[in-house]
Amino acid sequence: MQRAGTEKPAHLQSLMNDDGQCPYGIYYMKRTIDRLFRNLSTNMFLFEELVKRDFEKKYKRTALGMAWSVLSPMLTLLVMKIVFTRFFGKDTPHYTTYLFAGNIIMSYYREATNNGMSSLMNNASVITKINIPKYLFVLSQNVSALINFLLTVVVFFVFALLDGITLHPRMLMLFYPTLCLIIFNIGVGMILSALFVFFRDIRYLYSVFLMLLQYLSAIFYTVDRFPASAQKLFLLNPIYVYIKYFRTIVISQQIPSLAYHALCAMYAVVLLIIGGVIYKKYNHQFVYYI
Amino acid sequence: MLAVECDHVNIRYITGDMKSIGLKEYCLRHITGNYHVKEFYADKNITFSLEQGDMLGIIGSNGAGKSTLLKAISGILIPTGGTIRTHGKIAALLELASGFDADMTVRENTYLRGAMLGYTKKFLDEKYDEIIAFAELEKFQDYYFKQLSSGMKSRLAFSIACLVNPKILILDEVLSVGDGAFRKKSGDKMKEILDSGITGILVSHSIDQVRELCNKILWLDHGNQIAFTSDVEHYCDAYEEYLMTKKLPRCLEDIDKLADGWSVRCERERLEKEAKETQKLEKLLESGKSDTAINAALDIIRKNKPELLRETAE
Repeated sequence: MQRAGTEKPAHLQSLMNDDGQCPYGIYYMKRTIDRLFRNLSTNMFLFEELVKRDFEKKYKRTALGMAWSVLSPMLTLLVMKIVFTRFFGKDTPHYTTYLFAGNIIMSYYREATNNGMSSLMNNASVITKINIPKYLFVLSQNVSALINFLLTVVVFFVFALLDGITLHPRMLMLFYPTLCLIIFNIGVGMILSALFVFFRDIRYLYSVFLMLLQYLSAIFYTVDRFPASAQKLFLLNPIYVYIKYFRTIVISQQIPSLAYHALCAMYAVVLLIIGGVIYKKYNHQFVYYI
Repeated sequence: MLAVECDHVNIRYITGDMKSIGLKEYCLRHITGNYHVKEFYADKNITFSLEQGDMLGIIGSNGAGKSTLLKAISGILIPTGGTIRTHGKIAALLELASGFDADMTVRENTYLRGAMLGYTKKFLDEKYDEIIAFAELEKFQDYYFKQLSSGMKSRLAFSIACLVNPKILILDEVLSVGDGAFRKKSGDKMKEILDSGITGILVSHSIDQVRELCNKILWLDHGNQIAFTSDVEHYCDAYEEYLMTKKLPRCLEDIDKLADGWSVRCERERLEKEAKETQKLEKLLESGKSDTAINAALDIIRKNKPELLRETAE
């Protein structure tokens, strides 16, 4: 094993010389991915333990325990429904489902990224003492947020049925936006956790940003009131894109266009790549700042 | 075979950048052109190499850069400059008691820490009872970690960590854990591991420990490498004298002088101590009641110069 400081890693140069026909970038990526999977398999047990901890810790010492995963979105929805049906949604079909779809995705995104952001700092005492891959902390927070999300999806369907929605095999397509959302959240979590290490102010900025995002994601209103050009602008917001996918499948029972699928995937992959590159580049710097 | 090789290793911390001043100040200072960072070298130009089976003791006063260097060798920190090469699996036991989760039970923490140290689930299942027994925490397995005393915490930390089976073992002040009895037990355990032919790096403030365990010494001071040598006794003498006089050696002669100074000091202290003891004894003998004093005197003579008694008897 060799650890060099600022110089370019030597093993990469030697690789290029051995096999000239493969471009540097692809080799680099392949190596990174190979190593990522090797890391993941050797650290699987650690990862399990981290997920267990992060998930259990959330409801530790509460009387209702995991039931809160279901109760808390239900109560939120109840409040929102009582408040918002007075002002909005009078002419929106299945408004409860509409509202709930937006709400669960937004809270999944909020939980995954907020916890992901602080995951490195919360484990500072471990990171500075034991040499383990740091993305594991972000991943484990994402997994426990995902488990939560899947529980709320069950609640969502119960409410949707009560709201007069019929189940349909097309609903299996929901796995696609969920997968995109997972990748997207991991990417955002990685970016935020790295930023958080370097400047702590990001936590407060991000909470403001989240509020803005929530109002821009058409959770309790519909975008029909806006002119068509403005409606297009909403597609710049990845969270809105994922929410809309959910609603199209569940409420209109239609599968969005291929281009729309591409858009979903694009946001997810781009964010993950940005997060991955940041980690690749700066993950050894974290220890200096934590 | 080389086990660890450090080549002109520099480790630099930066202070006064975003992290310490916050985003607002960071932007403001950039705008006003008043943005400066302070560099701080925790380690400067450290060069040494260890063969397999070597035991290196790193000595130096607080803030010498010992722990930072250990972090770099164990791969937690990447050095700012220079290279570190290591061959074989490394286990680093640094400030063990921190990093546990206060809201988890002893059992959960044991598994989590074990996983972090790279143990497998199977291995932990097998060794769990052994760990708890070694830490003497049988009755506390389902207590929350925060309910333990700090001695118990470090005992558990040590017990989990000492199961490692590495090629290179890095120890930062871990040999002084717990109360007297446990300290002896943990010391023995560590010696057992170290005696199995692995390469070890040890940071300790106990010079006697370094003298006992190490065959090489790296002396650091404020990030500078004062010496790297296999002449353990000589340099330990010099180091102890340095601790008394606070005169940093600049050349080899200084080291010799320091070491000589130390042996002179030791000799003097020994003499002083002896003189004091004699004085005390004499006083005791004079002031004591006749019988006990005479008996004590006889005991001492019997112990130290039995031939004297024999002569008088004859």
